[in-house]
This record gives sequence, C-alpha cells and structure tokens, in this order.
Amino acid sequence: MNKFKALLIGACTAGLLPAAGVAGPDDDKLMVNDELDLATEVAAPAHLDGALGSTIYSGWRFRTDETQALQLDDFDNPAMLTVDAALDAFNTPDGSEGKSCASCHTGGPEEFAGLSASMPKVIDGKLVVMEDLINSHRQEVMGAEPLKWSGQEMQGMVALIGLQSRGMPVNVAIDGEAAPFWEQGKEMYYTRYGQLELSCANCHEDNWGNMIRADHLSQGQINGFPTYRLKQAQLISRHNRFRGCIRDTRAETFAEGSDEFRALELYVASRGNGLSVETPAVRQ
Amino acid sequence: MADGVKPRVKVPKSASAGEAITIKTLISHPMESGQRKDADGNRIPSSIIHRFTCDFNGENVIDVDLLPAISTNPYFEFEATVPASGEFKFTWHDDDGSVYEDSKSITVG
Repeated sequence: MNKFKALLIGACTAGLLPAAGVAGPDDDKLMVNDELDLATEVAAPAHLDGALGSTIYSGWRFRTDETQALQLDDFDNPAMLTVDAALDAFNTPDGSEGKSCASCHTGGPEEFAGLSASMPKVIDGKLVVMEDLINSHRQEVMGAEPLKWSGQEMQGMVALIGLQSRGMPVNVAIDGEAAPFWEQGKEMYYTRYGQLELSCANCHEDNWGNMIRADHLSQGQINGFPTYRLKQAQLISRHNRFRGCIRDTRAETFAEGSDEFRALELYVASRGNGLSVETPAVRQ
Repeated sequence: MADGVKPRVKVPKSASAGEAITIKTLISHPMESGQRKDADGNRIPSSIIHRFTCDFNGENVIDVDLLPAISTNPYFEFEATVPASGEFKFTWHDDDGSVYEDSKSITVG
C-alpha cells in the first residue's frame, strides 16, 4: 500500500494531496487474494441527490493500513474462521426433519451468488433481511430452532451467503413495493435520537472523513457486513451496529430484528448501491 | 480433545530454488489457560497447544514452545528457503496428548 502512495506522490502535484492527518478516505486499492478487485469508490446513487457528494466510499478506505491488510488475504481474515464453521453447519442436519441446508440447496452455498447484493427485499408484502430467510427456512423446512440474531452461528451463515456475492455491486430495489419501507428507513436516518440528539446523518453524512475522537468516520456503508470488528473479536450484524450507534446517542434503541431496523437496513444498503459486496469485511 | 480444532496452512504451490517463501499457519483452538473458572467456580483445566513444529523433507525448519497466555487460534507466519521440491509437514502438540498434522507440497522449478 505504501508503494501505491509513493506512486501517487510521484504523480500528483503537492496541492492536490490531502495534508497529513486530515480527513477523507485514503487511496489504497482493495484486491482480495491478489485476484478479486473490489470497487471501494463509485459514483453516488441518484437517490442521494448529492448528499454524500459525487462519490461514495467503502468503509475500508477509512481504516488504518494494518486493519486494511487483514482483508486483503482470506487466510489473514479472522472472519473466515466463523465462515468455515458456518460451512460445516450448512452440511450438518439439524431439527426434527433431519435435514441440513444442503438437503435442499444441493448446489452448496454457491447457489446464493448475487442474493446478498439485492437484500433486503420485499417478499409477500413484508420486508425481509437475510437473517429472516435463514430462520424461516430453519423453522419451516428443517424443524430446527431459530438462531439468535447476532449470534456467531447466525452471522457466520449470513457471512457465508454474503461471501458468494463478494465483488458484485450492491443493488437493492427502492421502488415499487419497497418504496414505503425505504421512506421509513430514510425518515429514521435523518431523525435525531437520544439525549445527544444525533441522527445517522449528523456523523455519516455531515462529518464523514472527520475524526470523532479517535475514530475516523466513514460514510456508514454496510456493504461489508457482517463485519469482523477487532474490538469485539467477532462477526457483527448490521442490526447490532445500528443498535450500537443509537445507544451511543444515549437513546433507548430498537431491538435487533425489529421492523424499524429492517427498514433502516434497506435505506442504508441503498446508500451503497454500486459498491462491491465485501462480506466479510474487517474493521477496527 | 478440544472442540473445533482445525489446522490451516498457506504455502505457495511453487517457488524458485533457494527462494525465501512466506508460510502462514493457523490452528483454531481455544487455548484454555487454566486460570479461568466455570459458572460453578470450578477451575477449567488448562488445554493449550504447547509445541508447534515445521519440517521440510525431514529437516526441521522451526520448532516453537508455546506457553499459557497465548490467544485462541494461534497464528504463525515465518519464512523458509526451499532448496528443492518437497513437502512441508506441520505438527501441533496439544496438552491432552493430541497431535494435529497438516502437510503441503511445493514444486521448485
């Protein structure tokens, strides 16, 4: 990565370079396993109407070189241990019907290529996220107990399915049946919560690239979720992160798996339309 | 035997003679230190990987003693020069007597 910076310094005039320690994403390129090129910077989707400027950036670009490096090679990516365990679970029968995921999905997890890139989506009038699909199939088809939303078994499975879409552009539908849910999510995104009276937009739209104490604020994209967070040393669900952010505003939060968070997930995912799916990403 | 133990190794498939290659190894293992107690206050017995070795065609490359207070899933990254084609053999020795093995061959050409 330093090599890339050196090249850039050679190529640019000093005036175009950001001053040291100042805000903004870095210029590193995300190439996984030396073969899969991921887009960490693309034109902002039209519905944002310039709210994030002309370009949207993956959260990877805001992390330190050391954290970024963990995502460059799957062997170094600590999330892969959980994904491996999920692959074993995929092939292990569970529940009263004696079935495993693989009993129906005979093509293996590869069957789900592209699915995560289009989630959440509306099915039968209800907005569903990946966790809903996994648990409903476990209960209705396998006769198994539902998995805990932010547990490692669940998030490992979400990550395993998301991994099949890695490199594909996020493309969630926001029109048609999804429109009312998207509007609800947007409303939440701009609502100030808690004693600190902060909305998502206050940090991730008005101040992305700036430091919030020791943390470099990203645009709050969720294209890499479930994400391995080093501080928690495990895979973190999208709803867990929403809950954490709202809690930090000193508010009573919504529950993981609530309809409010489903709507917010749809809206936040749509703000990243065009970015590559990075699942499972590694963050600070 | 500890649960969920799975060795993983990453070695390049080919190299040129005498080249220093990077080898990465990781074994998923709880590395129970013996210092913790369970919900009833009973000590959880120590169970760690206490030795890791790597051999190339029978010749020792690295031999590591591991002590308590090493995190779960111990990871080793080291370099080795390969004089000729052959096989890297990796062994992890558990406190409970289990030995986990993995091997990877490399072609020099």
